[in-house]
Amino acid sequence: MRHIISILLENEPGALARVVGLFAQRSYNIETLTVAPTEDPTLSRMTITTSGTEREIEQITKQLNKLIEVVKLVDLTEGTHLERELMLIKVKASGAQRAEIKRTADIFRGQIVDVTASVYTIQLTGTTEKLEAFIEAIGPNCILETVRTGVSGIARGEKTLSL
Amino acid sequence: MELLSGGEMLVRSLHEEGVEYVYGYPGGSLLHVYDAFYQQSAVKHVLVRHEQAATHMADGYARASGKPGVVMVTSGPGATNTITGIATAFTDSIPMVVITGQVMSHLIGGDAFQETDMLGLCRPVVKHSFSIKHPSEIPEVVKKAFYIATSGRPGPVVIDIPKDMTVPNDRHEYVYPKKVKIRSYSPPQKGHTGQIRKAVEVLLAAKRPMIYSGGGVILGKSHERLRSLVRGLNYPITQTLMGLGAYPGTDKQSLGMLGMHGSYESNMAMHHADVILAIGVRFDDRVTNATDKFCPDATIIHIDIDPSSISKTVDIDIPIVGPVDSVLDEILDIIKEMKETPDADAIASWWVQIEEWRKRHAGHYDKNDNGILKPQEAIEGLWEATKGNAYICSDVGQHQMFAAQYYKFDEPNRWINSGGLGTMGFGFPAAMGVKMNYPDEMVVCVTGEGSIQMNIQEMSTCLQYGIPVKIFCLNNGYLGMVRQWQDMNYEGRHSSSYMESLPDWAKLAEAYGHVGLQVDTKDQLKGAMDDCFGKYKDRLVFVNVVVDPDEHVYPMQVPTGAMRDMWLSKTERT
Ligand SMILES: Cc1ncc(C[n+]2csc(CCOP(=O)(O)OP(=O)(O)O)c2C)c(N)n1
Ligand SMILES: [Mg+2]
Repeated sequence: MRHIISILLENEPGALARVVGLFAQRSYNIETLTVAPTEDPTLSRMTITTSGTEREIEQITKQLNKLIEVVKLVDLTEGTHLERELMLIKVKASGAQRAEIKRTADIFRGQIVDVTASVYTIQLTGTTEKLEAFIEAIGPNCILETVRTGVSGIARGEKTLSL
Repeated sequence: MELLSGGEMLVRSLHEEGVEYVYGYPGGSLLHVYDAFYQQSAVKHVLVRHEQAATHMADGYARASGKPGVVMVTSGPGATNTITGIATAFTDSIPMVVITGQVMSHLIGGDAFQETDMLGLCRPVVKHSFSIKHPSEIPEVVKKAFYIATSGRPGPVVIDIPKDMTVPNDRHEYVYPKKVKIRSYSPPQKGHTGQIRKAVEVLLAAKRPMIYSGGGVILGKSHERLRSLVRGLNYPITQTLMGLGAYPGTDKQSLGMLGMHGSYESNMAMHHADVILAIGVRFDDRVTNATDKFCPDATIIHIDIDPSSISKTVDIDIPIVGPVDSVLDEILDIIKEMKETPDADAIASWWVQIEEWRKRHAGHYDKNDNGILKPQEAIEGLWEATKGNAYICSDVGQHQMFAAQYYKFDEPNRWINSGGLGTMGFGFPAAMGVKMNYPDEMVVCVTGEGSIQMNIQEMSTCLQYGIPVKIFCLNNGYLGMVRQWQDMNYEGRHSSSYMESLPDWAKLAEAYGHVGLQVDTKDQLKGAMDDCFGKYKDRLVFVNVVVDPDEHVYPMQVPTGAMRDMWLSKTERT
C-alpha cells in the first residue's frame, strides 16, 4: 500500500543524504520526495511517498526515526490528511486542439501560465490521482514535457507535526 | 578565558571524556592535531601499522570495558582504511568515536590530494557523523559524539575535521560542555509498564519456557539482573554468539549457544518452547534459520532498546522497548510483588525433556588416534590452561565457532568476536586493545592461519608498546569454514580455500621480536600452554597449533529448515 511519511528534520547539511541513503541502502522505494525549510529555519519538512507491506513500512518509519537528525515523523496515511502535488505540463496546442486543451485544463482547475502560438504550459495542483487523470485526459500525443513536485502532505484538523 | 587551537581543543576534549588511549595513524591533514598530542601526556596515542587495526583495537577495548574506543586517522586512504572496522563495530553496536582528518575546507569538493568524502563513505555504517565547520565547535561536537556513541543502542560515530579547523595560531575560547542535549535524539529511558506486566504474566504461565539472551544484555551491563531472573525462575537459557558469558556457560541452566552452530539442546528447546523471553537480541538469520518455521508454538516476548529490532525478522507478540537494565529491574520487581510462581510440575518435566536432548549430542566429536589434534580439543586445552578466565578475542571461521562452543564463558565481556559482520582480521588487534587496558589479564587471540594474516603486521605495534597477547592459531591449512561449505554443498571442490606457502610462524614471531611455539601433536599442547602462560608470561607468544583439516563444525542447521533441523555430524541428521 502507498504511504505518505511526513518528517520534521534538522535543516543541516547531510541530513537529506542520510534519509535518501537509508532508502537506497535498505532497498526501500521512494516514489516522491519533497523537502523545504519550515517557518523555523532550523527545521525542514519532508514528505516521502513510498509503498510496501505493513512490516516494510514499520521498518521504514522506525529506521527513519533512528536517524539522529529526524526530529519527528508521522505516517499521514494512518489518519485523514490533505495531499497536494504541483505539476507544470507543456502541451502542444494548435488548431482545434487549442480550445479543447483549454477546456480540459478548466475542468481540472488548471491554469495556463505560459503561451506560444503552438504551446500551452499549464499549472495544476491536486492529488497524485488528479494529476494523473489530467495527463490521461490530455493524452500522450500532446504532452511535450511534465515536471512534478512530488507530494506534500499535512494532517487534517488540529493535529500538527511540530517541535 | 582559555584560548586554544582546534587541535588542542580536540585533545583536551578527549581528555575530558576520560580517554586514555587513542589508536591511530598520522598523515598530512592531522599534523596539527598530532602536534597538539605531542605537547601533552594525558591522552596517549598508540601508533598501529594499519588503520583497520586501530579500529579493531578501539573496538576490542570497548567490548571488554563497556567504554567507547577512540580512533584517529588521516584523510583519504587513512579514512577509507577504517571502514571495515567501523562497519564491524556498527553491526555489533559497539561504542566508538572515529576522528578522521579532512583536506582544508576550501579544497573540499575539488578532488584535492587525499580527499575522500568520508561522511558519504561511512554513512551506512555509522550511528551518526559530524563535520567540523568552525574550530570553536570542536568541544561540543566531541561531547555529542561520545553521548551518541554510548547512549541508547551504542554505535560508532565519525567526526571529520578539515585541516584548517586545527591550525595552531587560530585560537578560540575553550569551554567543555557539562551536558549536551540533542532535541532530535532521546533514547528510551524505561519500558512500558503495561507491556512488562503482560510479559511477566505470560512468562510465569509458561510450561516450556526459554530465555534467549544476547549482546544487548552485555552492552546494557545487565548480566547480574539476567542471572537473578534466570535462577529465580529456574528456566533454561540459551545465549547468542554475541551474548556468551552474560549467564555462566558452565552453569546447569545454560544450554549453550543457539542458532546455526548452536547446541542441539538449545535449538531443540527453542523449537519446542511455548514462551520465549528474548533479551537484547535481534533474531539474526544466523540464529533463526528459516523465519517461517521459527519456533511455531512460542509466544515471544522481546526486550530491546531499539524499536527497529522489534518484529524486524520474526513477529513479536509482546514487545518491550527500553533499556535492558530498567526493564529487567521492573520484571524482577513485578515477579516479587505478584504472588504467582511458575508451574513447578511443568517446568520439571520440561527439564526432563531438556536433559534428554542434552544427552543426545553433548558437544560430541571424535578424537583422532594418530596424535593430530582436533580443533575442539585444542580449545578445551586452552580453557584448561586459562581456567576459563581469559579474554578470548576471536577471528572468523571454524576456530571462532569452536571457541564459542568449547570455551565456556562464565563472565561477560570476555568473549570478543565480530559476530555480526564476521570480520577476519578482527581478533588480533581486538586482543591488543584489551591487553593494553587490562595488562594483568590473560588475553588470547584465537585465530586461524587465514584470519591472522589479515592483520599480522600488528606484531610490530605489540613490540613497540609491549603488548604481550597470546596468539592461539588453529592451523588447519585451509580457509576452514569455506572448505566446510564446499564439502557440504559443492561436492568437496575446494575452490581457493587452500592456503599454500604459509610462513614459518615461529620464525615470523621471532623476526618481530616475539616468541613462537609449535604444537604438532596432542602431547605437545600442554607443554606449550605452560610455557605460553608461564615462562613467556610477559611476551607475545604465537602458538601455531596444527589441527585436523578435515573437521567440520557441528551441529549445523540445515538451510531453509527450522531451528530443530540440524546436522550433528558428517553423517547424522535430526
Ligand atoms: C574479511 C573477510 N573475508 C572473507 C571472509 C569469508 N570467510 C569466512 S570464514 C573464512 C575462512 C577463515 O579461515 P581461517 O582464518 O583459517 O579459519 P578456519 O575457518 O580455518 O578456522 C572466510 C574466508 C570473512 N569472513 N572476512
Ligand atoms: Mg584455517
